[in-house]
Amino acid sequence: MSATAAAKAAAVPYSEKERLFSAVKADLRFEDYLYGCYECGICVAVCPSARFYDFSPRRIAQAVAREDVELVWEQMNGEIWECSQCFSCLKCPRKNNPGGIVTIMREVAVRNGLHSAQQALEGYSRIIYKIMSTGTQVSPDMIRPEAFPDWGPTARETAENLEVWRRAMPPETMHTTSTSWEVDDRTLTELYLIWHLTGVLDMIKTLDESLHMILVDVMEEKLEEAGYPLS
Amino acid sequence: MPINLPVIQPATQARKGVFARGPEEAAESLRDRTLELGAKGEWIVHRVPEPCLEVPTRSSGIKRVPLGHTWHHKSCGQCGHIPGYSTSIFWLHRKLGLEYEDPRDQTSCTAWNYYASATANQAAQAAVALRNFAAAHESGYYPLIHCATSYGHYKEVRAEMVHHQALRDQVREILKKMGKPLVMPEEIVHYSEWIYAVRHEIAKRKVLDLSGITATVHPACHYYKLVQEDAIYDPDVYGGHRTAIVTGVAQALGVTVGDYSTWFDCCGFGFRHILVQRDFSRSFAVQRKIEAMRDEVNPDVTLTHDTGCVTTLDKSQFAAQAHTGVRAAIPVLSEAQFCALAMGAHPYRVCQLHWHAADYRPLLEKMGIDWRERWREFEDDVARLKANPGTYLTWDDAG
Repeated sequence: MSATAAAKAAAVPYSEKERLFSAVKADLRFEDYLYGCYECGICVAVCPSARFYDFSPRRIAQAVAREDVELVWEQMNGEIWECSQCFSCLKCPRKNNPGGIVTIMREVAVRNGLHSAQQALEGYSRIIYKIMSTGTQVSPDMIRPEAFPDWGPTARETAENLEVWRRAMPPETMHTTSTSWEVDDRTLTELYLIWHLTGVLDMIKTLDESLHMILVDVMEEKLEEAGYPLS
Repeated sequence: MPINLPVIQPATQARKGVFARGPEEAAESLRDRTLELGAKGEWIVHRVPEPCLEVPTRSSGIKRVPLGHTWHHKSCGQCGHIPGYSTSIFWLHRKLGLEYEDPRDQTSCTAWNYYASATANQAAQAAVALRNFAAAHESGYYPLIHCATSYGHYKEVRAEMVHHQALRDQVREILKKMGKPLVMPEEIVHYSEWIYAVRHEIAKRKVLDLSGITATVHPACHYYKLVQEDAIYDPDVYGGHRTAIVTGVAQALGVTVGDYSTWFDCCGFGFRHILVQRDFSRSFAVQRKIEAMRDEVNPDVTLTHDTGCVTTLDKSQFAAQAHTGVRAAIPVLSEAQFCALAMGAHPYRVCQLHWHAADYRPLLEKMGIDWRERWREFEDDVARLKANPGTYLTWDDAG
């Protein structure tokens, strides 16, 4: 750990770190994700992120299993965002799920407004807006050459011909450009209700207040029109 | 040509010299638990409609795959930027004379976002899944999942719902507000399992000689690593050691499948990485997958069966090619698109290959497809559509 990171860690009370770790352990999924560790390293051998980053699924499983509050806090403030979520680590002979533990740790990081979450999701807000407000993610009109320059001329050609190329395909539901397919209004309203009732909007508020305001604006009108009480 | 049923016999018996798992490896059957909870009145079980096909699974059991009458749970990534993937799945159903529903009452599973940003939670994800299941049940058609991430995630959701009464109660209350019941499908079925189940019917209808084609296969992590027990493993493919998905289909079509050392590696998609940290995705896809395939097999095509894998393996090659000394691209197709081409589908009207980045034209030439003529036809379509706003290419146009 760098001197700056160490100073930052020291400034956070141990009780706060314990509170965050307790939130991870309190998740319903947790008991299915951790059974102990042989320290065999199979999870590391198959992990794509371990090849490119200072990331180790074994270190995640071990820190949590040993209840190492300081190390778990450190991981939640950095390396959990390097995980690819491919779940290759489910090769584990003890049936641990380090990728699943990471999912829970990330959720706790988002819900508690940790800086690591805001940093990792910088530039990601438009994706959250798209999936939460339209029910589909990465719509055709998001494939812009400036957003995907490394995808070569295809991104430019797609953007230039988007409207007519979308009409030049047979499935009737797929002639859309701002969503991946045509989603019924009622369907969308039901999705908004799910975000409201499960506390997902509160998570967004902690992550990005402006995005939260925009989403609430979009959703409340539809929900009220449909007669769903928002309280 | 009518389909003769059943076309697949489950391989439940171990044969001499073939790897088989012992009883100690038998996993809990989530299908059985789903049925038990249905019998207790916890939820409605959406039964696989007849006629159905049976395929062998990793836990040495069988999985029931609906032949037709399916509700197509589309993939946002496929429909969004690889539209020929979804179109090919529909086209195959039409050519096999199978009825299906392409619903508007469907949202994405939202799992791409869940794995990428964690701006969701267990209850929200379960409610999204169960809302879609209820919509499918309401329509009378059985859900067929196009995306492997949706498939893997829905199997995670099923396991969580089976194991946790509190979660079932919470999701039931949410759906009740929408006037929907709690519905769990008897089996969670991926479209590639359907293709595997009907592969011999597809092979009977192929119009191209594919004996000169060599392919590599990339199996999708979320297909066979997440909730692994009911993924297709067949003693006839890799001796039952690895999932047979895609490979068994390519072999049925007469394609040579080449093996390579990084077969188990993921594609590098990373969920968050492919959107906001693509240096990782590009590097992993090219260095661990594409280069290994080329050095060890030098295939004409790599076939896969998921949104993220087609995206990452296909789109990552352009930047690598910009580096001095990097050789020609390997075309990347879903096996659905490849099957459609084999059965004579139009490469642009149906397979929509103009949305792909890695050069697929040498593959089409080797398959005996005149891509120049087919592209000219498609350009004529586009000119006609441009001249007539509000008109669309139809299934009749697609052939």
